[in-house]
Amino acid sequence: MTVDLIALLARARETGDASVLLDAIPYARFLGLSIRNEGGSPIASMQFAEHLVGDATIPALHGGTLAALLESTAILAVMIDPKTNAMPRTITITIDYLRSGRAQRTDCRARVVRQGRRVAVVATEAYQDDVDKSVVTAIVHLFVVE
Amino acid sequence: MTSEYTPEMLARMNAMIRDLVPQNAALGLEIVRLTGGDVWIRLPWAEQLVGNPETGALHGGAISTAMDAAGGLSVMAKLGRPGSIATLDLRIDYMRAGGRGEDIVIHATCYKATKHVCFVRGFAYTTDENDPVAALAATFARKS
Repeated sequence: MTVDLIALLARARETGDASVLLDAIPYARFLGLSIRNEGGSPIASMQFAEHLVGDATIPALHGGTLAALLESTAILAVMIDPKTNAMPRTITITIDYLRSGRAQRTDCRARVVRQGRRVAVVATEAYQDDVDKSVVTAIVHLFVVE
Repeated sequence: MTSEYTPEMLARMNAMIRDLVPQNAALGLEIVRLTGGDVWIRLPWAEQLVGNPETGALHGGAISTAMDAAGGLSVMAKLGRPGSIATLDLRIDYMRAGGRGEDIVIHATCYKATKHVCFVRGFAYTTDENDPVAALAATFARKS
């Protein structure tokens, strides 16, 4: 499979629609990710699906799938910044679990805390019904050099 | 504790972790070795888990999920029984990406279990444990 991610990135910026990037990434489809724009900031959503469950008795989302949502949102937030000209790569993700993720859609917002020449630092929060009640938060350090 | 699980015990454990955790089944996670507070699990390479379609590298999220699962299993290995635990925090450092077709193996160690909190370290690698793909530090709360 040949996919030119940088070309897709250019198209995503032109159209202001990052979903062309998500469509090209198999794991984003596995998670059921979508993205929308709210006041200039990207909000990513992970649709609920049975295969994302980590504890079938509650049922609750697997903590790893929530981590994946946070990491993906951080990467998208940096990618759509016009200063970025390489595919961001994760250096470190530090995740704090605050509540269990219920069997429903989870939204995630990201704030680029610092965009340097080599490293970007992004703060992300995932929530369900109440935007002020985070389920999981993470700080993500990304390498932004080719 | 250095009790090594036999292949029969591992087969039962693998059936259990897939039945109770649908995400483990979706990822195809498999415990390959379990002894004392140490666990080795395999995340098989799969097209649907690819994060970079140019290189075929698995997405960090799939590796994070396998790291979380391995951490939880190392706690149960340390305690010597299944129990209700919750991840408090997880830090993952990525050293390099895996390649197309390369399975990831995670070795997680629960090096300390207190009454309420368990402490875990781990590494993800492809073929050589001394050439890690990612490193893990995590804490888990014991709920029962």
